[in-house]
Amino acid sequence: MQRALRRKWTLTAVAWAVALLAFFPIFWMVLTSFKTEIEAVSTPPRLFFHPTVENYLAVQARADYLKYAWNSIFISFGSTLLALAIAVPASYAMAFFPTKRTKGTLVWMLSTKFLPPVGVLVPVYLIFRDMGLLDVRTGLLMVYTLINLPIVVWMLFSFFKEVPREILEAGRMDGAVAWSELYHLLLPLSLPGVASTSLLAIILSWNEAFWSLNLTAANAGPLTAFIASFSSPEGLFWAKLSAASTMAIAPILVFGWMSQRQLVRGLTFGAVK
Amino acid sequence: METAASTAHAPAPGARPAARTGRDKTLLLKLPSVLLLLAWSIIPLAMTLWFSFQRYNLLNPGERGFLGFENYTFLLTDTGLATAIGNTLLLVGWVLLVTVGLGTLLAVLFDQEFFGRGVARVLLIAPFFVMPTVSALVWKNLLMHPVNGLFAFLLRSVGLPTIDWFADIPLTAIIIMVAWQWLPFAALILLTAIQALDPERKEAARMDGAGPISMFFFIILPHLARAIGVVVMIESLFLMSVFAEIFVTTSGGPGLASTNLPFLIYRYALLDFDVGGASAGGVLAIVLANVVAVFLMRSVARNLEA
Repeated sequence: MQRALRRKWTLTAVAWAVALLAFFPIFWMVLTSFKTEIEAVSTPPRLFFHPTVENYLAVQARADYLKYAWNSIFISFGSTLLALAIAVPASYAMAFFPTKRTKGTLVWMLSTKFLPPVGVLVPVYLIFRDMGLLDVRTGLLMVYTLINLPIVVWMLFSFFKEVPREILEAGRMDGAVAWSELYHLLLPLSLPGVASTSLLAIILSWNEAFWSLNLTAANAGPLTAFIASFSSPEGLFWAKLSAASTMAIAPILVFGWMSQRQLVRGLTFGAVK
Repeated sequence: METAASTAHAPAPGARPAARTGRDKTLLLKLPSVLLLLAWSIIPLAMTLWFSFQRYNLLNPGERGFLGFENYTFLLTDTGLATAIGNTLLLVGWVLLVTVGLGTLLAVLFDQEFFGRGVARVLLIAPFFVMPTVSALVWKNLLMHPVNGLFAFLLRSVGLPTIDWFADIPLTAIIIMVAWQWLPFAALILLTAIQALDPERKEAARMDGAGPISMFFFIILPHLARAIGVVVMIESLFLMSVFAEIFVTTSGGPGLASTNLPFLIYRYALLDFDVGGASAGGVLAIVLANVVAVFLMRSVARNLEA
C-alpha cells in the first residue's frame, strides 16, 4: 500500500511538471500582460510586481481591439452556422439512407481537405480581387465554411450513426415526415454531438491564419491578422502584445477544454475515438 | 440515379414507399454539400493548373500568353526551390519525431492514475488551442528574444552565451515552436487510443509477469500503431502548410534559411506578383500533399466499414 502511494506521488510530480512546462509559455504571456512595458522587458524578469490592467485598456483605445474581435466572432460563428446548415441534411441522408455511393462520397469529401491552401492561393486571391471580396468579412466566412465543411459532415455523420434507427422509425410510424424527424428527433438526440462539432469548427476558424493573413487587412481582419500586426518592430510592445494575445486566445481555450474528448474524433475524421 | 427533374417534384415523402422516395429525397439533401465542395476543389485547382502554363505577372497584366513548361523550368532551376523543399522536409520530419516520440511517452504517463489528472491534462493540451500568430510572437519575443527574452536570461544565469534564435538558427527555433503547438495534439490522440485498450489485456500481461518496459513494447506500442499512423499523416498534412509562424517571425529569412515551400510560393505570388511561377509552385505543393494524403485516405477509409 505504502509503495503504491509513493508511486502515485512520484507520477503526480512528474506529470504535473510536464503539464506546467507545456503550459508555461501561456502562463508567462498572461503574466506579462499585467506588467508595465518597462517591467515586461526588464532583466532579470520580474515574477512579482504590481499588476495593472492598463495594457488591456490601451489595446482597445489604440488599436480598436473590439473591431477585430467582432470580425473573429462574426466569421467563425457565421461560417460554423452556415457549414452546419449545409452539412446536417447531407450527414442525415448519408447516415440513415446510405446508398452504394455513400462511402465513396465521404472519402472524396475528406480528400478535398488535403488540397494544400498554398496550392490554390493564386486563383482564390484573384477570384476574390475580381469579385471585390478582398478584406471583406463575408469572403473569409465563405472560405472557412468550405474548409470546414468536410470535417463537419464527417463528425455529424459519425454522431448520427450512433442514434438508434429504431427511434427514428418509431417516429415515422407516428407520421413524422423527414424534416420534422430531423429537427424534432435527430437533432435533439444528437445535440451533444452537434455541439462538439460546432465547437471544433469554431476553434478551427478562429485560429486559421493562412487565409486570414492573405485575404484580409485592416477592415475585415480577424484576431489572427490583428496579432500579426504586432510583429512590425515599431509596433512592438510586449505587455500590450501579451494583453491582446490573452484576450484573443481566452475564449478558444475554454471552448477547446470543453470539447477535448470529441476533438479527437473530429481531428482524426473518426479514425481514433 | 434519377435526373434532377425527378428529384424536384418529390418534396413531400408522406405516404410513398420509403425505398423510392428515400433515394430522391436524400439526393437533394446531399446536393448542396457535394456541389459546393466540388466547386471549391475543382475551380481553383483548374485555374492553378492553367496559370502554371501561362506568362502572367500582375504588374504586367497585358503581357499574357502561353508559356508551356517555362514556369516549371524556371521554378526547378530556382536555387531557392531546393532550399525550400529541404526546409519543408526538415520542419515536417523534426516536428513529427519530437511530437510523436514525446507524445507517446506523455500518453502513457497521463494514462496512469495520479492526483489532479484532469486539471493537468487540461494544461497539457492548452498550447494546441493557441492561434499560430500568438504563439509565434510569444516565442519570438517573450521567450526567445536575444536580449530580453526569458531563455536569454536563463542561459546567462548559468553562464552560457545567449542565442539569437531567429537570426542564428531560425529553422530550429521554428521547429521548437511548432513542436510545442503540435505535441498536445499527438499526446491527446494517443492518450485516447491507449484508453481504448482493453484493461483485461493489460491485466493478463501483468499476470504473466510482464514488467512496465515489456508491457510498453509488447502491449501498448502495437496497440498504438494505427493511432500513431493517423497522427503522422494528419500532422504532416498540416505541417507541410506551416505559414503564419514563419510569416510573423522570420519572413523566411535570414536569406532563405527558414523559407519553406508555402512561403516560397507566397513570395512568388504576393510579393513578386508572378502568377505563373506561383501556380507552378502550387502544383508542386499539391502533388507533394497528395502523396501523403493517399496513405492517410487508405487508413481512414478502412475505418468506415461500420
